[in-house]
Amino acid sequence: MRRRIAALLAALTLVGVTRLPASATSATLPTDDAAIVHALSRLAFGPRPGDVERVKTIGLATWIERQLEPRRVDDRAAEQALAALPTPTMSIAMLHADYPRPQPRDKATDAQMMPSRLFARPGPEKRPIRIIAEMQAARVLRAIESERQLEEVMVDFWFNHFNVYAAKGEVKWYLPSYERDAIRPYALGRFGDLVRATATHPAMLFYLDNWLSTRPDFTIRFGPNRGKRAGLNENYARELMELHTLGVDGGYTQSDVTEVARAFTGWTIDRPRDAARFVFRPVMHDRDAKTILGTRLRAGGGQDDGERVLSMLVHHPATAQFIATKLVRRFVSDEPPPALVARVAATFRATDGDITAMLRTIVASPEFWAPEARRAKIKKPFEYVASAVRAVGSHVDARGALSLARSAGEMGEALYAAQPPTGYPDRAEAWVNAGALLARMNFALALTQGRLSGVALDLTPFSGDRSAPEATLERLLAILLHGDVSPQTRAVLVDQLSDPQIRRQTPDDRGPADTDVEKLAALVIGSPEFQRR
Amino acid sequence: MTPMLTRRVLLKAGACALAAAAAPPRFLARAASAAGTPGKVLVALFQRGAVDGLSMIVPYGDRDYASVRASIAIRPPRPGDTGAAIDLDGFFGLHPSLAPLLPLWESRALAIVHACGSPDRTRSHFDAQDYMESGTPGTKSTADGWLSRAAARHTTPASPFRAVALGPTLPRILRGDAGAISMASIQRFDVRSASQSPAPRTGFESLYDQGIHDLLHGTGRETFEAVRMLKSAGAERLTPANNAVYPRSRLGDSLRQIAQLIRADVGLEIAFTDAAGWDTHVGQGAEQGQLAARLRDFGASLAAFAQDLGDRMADVVVLTMSEFGRTVAENGNRGTDHGHATAMLLLGGGVRGGRVYGRWPGLARERLYEARDLAVTTDFRTLFAEVAGRQLGISQPATLFPGWTPAASLGIIA
Repeated sequence: MRRRIAALLAALTLVGVTRLPASATSATLPTDDAAIVHALSRLAFGPRPGDVERVKTIGLATWIERQLEPRRVDDRAAEQALAALPTPTMSIAMLHADYPRPQPRDKATDAQMMPSRLFARPGPEKRPIRIIAEMQAARVLRAIESERQLEEVMVDFWFNHFNVYAAKGEVKWYLPSYERDAIRPYALGRFGDLVRATATHPAMLFYLDNWLSTRPDFTIRFGPNRGKRAGLNENYARELMELHTLGVDGGYTQSDVTEVARAFTGWTIDRPRDAARFVFRPVMHDRDAKTILGTRLRAGGGQDDGERVLSMLVHHPATAQFIATKLVRRFVSDEPPPALVARVAATFRATDGDITAMLRTIVASPEFWAPEARRAKIKKPFEYVASAVRAVGSHVDARGALSLARSAGEMGEALYAAQPPTGYPDRAEAWVNAGALLARMNFALALTQGRLSGVALDLTPFSGDRSAPEATLERLLAILLHGDVSPQTRAVLVDQLSDPQIRRQTPDDRGPADTDVEKLAALVIGSPEFQRR
Repeated sequence: MTPMLTRRVLLKAGACALAAAAAPPRFLARAASAAGTPGKVLVALFQRGAVDGLSMIVPYGDRDYASVRASIAIRPPRPGDTGAAIDLDGFFGLHPSLAPLLPLWESRALAIVHACGSPDRTRSHFDAQDYMESGTPGTKSTADGWLSRAAARHTTPASPFRAVALGPTLPRILRGDAGAISMASIQRFDVRSASQSPAPRTGFESLYDQGIHDLLHGTGRETFEAVRMLKSAGAERLTPANNAVYPRSRLGDSLRQIAQLIRADVGLEIAFTDAAGWDTHVGQGAEQGQLAARLRDFGASLAAFAQDLGDRMADVVVLTMSEFGRTVAENGNRGTDHGHATAMLLLGGGVRGGRVYGRWPGLARERLYEARDLAVTTDFRTLFAEVAGRQLGISQPATLFPGWTPAASLGIIA
């Protein structure tokens, strides 16, 4: 059966179909439960109880098509839960006004201080760090509650690709706008739009220092550094090529880095501590000619220098290859199959970087559905946490979402807190190690024992007949792992059933009565199988 | 057991056996052997983000130093000037924030290798860190890290704590076959359950203790062995000795816990930790400011570590590294961009300290690498191989670095 599908898909790909209409997809996709679980594990943050049946009802192909067009998916439940978090929807100016930077001492311009302000300090609810906390909570909340699952997966993917570090200087005030205005609208759009949106966003301009980069002989005219000489800063130029577009082996040189940096001089931030927005300042710009990747930009290009560089980079074949590799690593395997990477790169080139088209190529590929791709990926901590909460059918409020974000941080993936521009790695060996594994097991225990505040948990559907622990275990394995469990793991868990701690003693000590479903669920969520997606 | 074993060791092995009655024999063999060979320890400290070697170890004697660093140069030493460089040898000086390291320099426990770095020309943080951790500059396909290869050279049964990284994830340098472990903290290194229900550690342990040889199961097995050993050694209860006070920073915490592991005799031989925040593109500062604050933490943490360990420091060497240095000239934002060579520190027993090693290439423009950066005169592998050979007792340590023909050694460690 599976081989026939693979052959069909291969034939389709051979005739060059990269953009499958929904009908063609439905004719060729596998439709068994295991395939649905696989799709929910890769294109979503894992299945919730009942999800497999729901997808089966509308058809896997239809579900995938809906996920590829998130605007058409009703998401009111998630929006309602998000209403408790004000900062993700606020403008940069509002954030500056409502969450002012703490002043070490009141820098009074007026000699007379208001007596009421003598001991006044902003309360914890007005400290700027709250912006980061609310963003973390919102991201976790959406991953668990949103119906637009693939969009959330892609927001996570692209934010990480165009990473900014929330704790660097001004970035925290720019963070909500960065994700909302520069990443999310294009997460399933066009790659070039992402590059342009990030290149001109205050968060990226600040994080990679381009806002300060000027022509070599520029003298600062205003502000505390007035009269000082500024000059070139290569930081953004290098990472733009290495991490955002061409990839480190994309064939650029140190000279290209310097020339690209010159092209972007004058791309800076207007009113950085208020309404902060991108502005091109000709007076800071290096007007001389530049040579970039062998192409000569004539003198006097102004803002167009940077625009042309972005266009050159987005259309460079190395960029298609680099982005295709990262996407296939995310969705298929740590070792991206070269043939699939080549086809996704071809889709990139044929569609001018249409992300949805690239995802269609991946989902329509035999490599995506291949047996060796199933459970081939180790969940990142964020994916692990979200998938565990979804698997047990929990719902979270904003506070619960923040405690889950903290849990992911303890496993090594604190959201918005990757300091280097590379973001977090997407390979197993980065996440599997002693301390992180213990953190995962401890999370499984805390979750099932109801110790995470704000995470509502109801394990009664798992229990059934309390005096029949075998039935409880079977139900847990069916719901949490969809029955796909190794004989070894099953044997260990069956062994556990004879443990007196599992058959909990009743208070009056009249013998085994109550199955410790919490502990069993923790063991399943902490098991090797559940670490994979 | 040999007659060489001391009473203390026997007691310790006995205590281990009692505390871990259910443990497999391998654990006992490891613990006993680890306790029986109070071995040497190598602590590697990575300054991630590329530290400016020219501000950390200031070549104030180079006539070209100050002129290209108008706002960030460190002043030459002058009596009574606490904001100036602290003289080391008449040519180099310590950044004033590193004053806590001066006694170690004076007692010849601290050596410096300047103009040290990678032969590869990359100025990518990611690639350069990768090369320094894999030990193969220019080759990305190397599967493991060089400290993991060093740890795996042992033929006798080793402690699960043979190689440890402080932090939530295992760094590239310790990935590989050595079974190195990572820990965010000693205290959190266990399965923790709600107080009323008994710890389900054994359940998890059985889940990972199976015949499947994959990354997850292998890691799981090592993890639980380590958890048991750490409990019986009581590392958690050790507080800093000799009135050592660590800075309350991530680096200070990491070094404090590495000292705890050393003093708990759990068989630690290789420890790794890192400190970020060295990527000073903007507003680097001079004797005060961004870099000065990072260096203050760095110097105070190292000094506290040496004080905490006291006599035990005779068996310990700390090696610092950073992926590359920074541009010789300051950039347009009173910071520095990605450069080439930097300075690395070696601290501890057996170090032939009180000396700056390596040929100084000079800062005159025609001497610079690609006309902008400090040139590399000591390949980092020369230093790393010598430290691995001397401190870890590895024969032919150059073979830890495939594809490399060793140069003459520095003679930096006895």
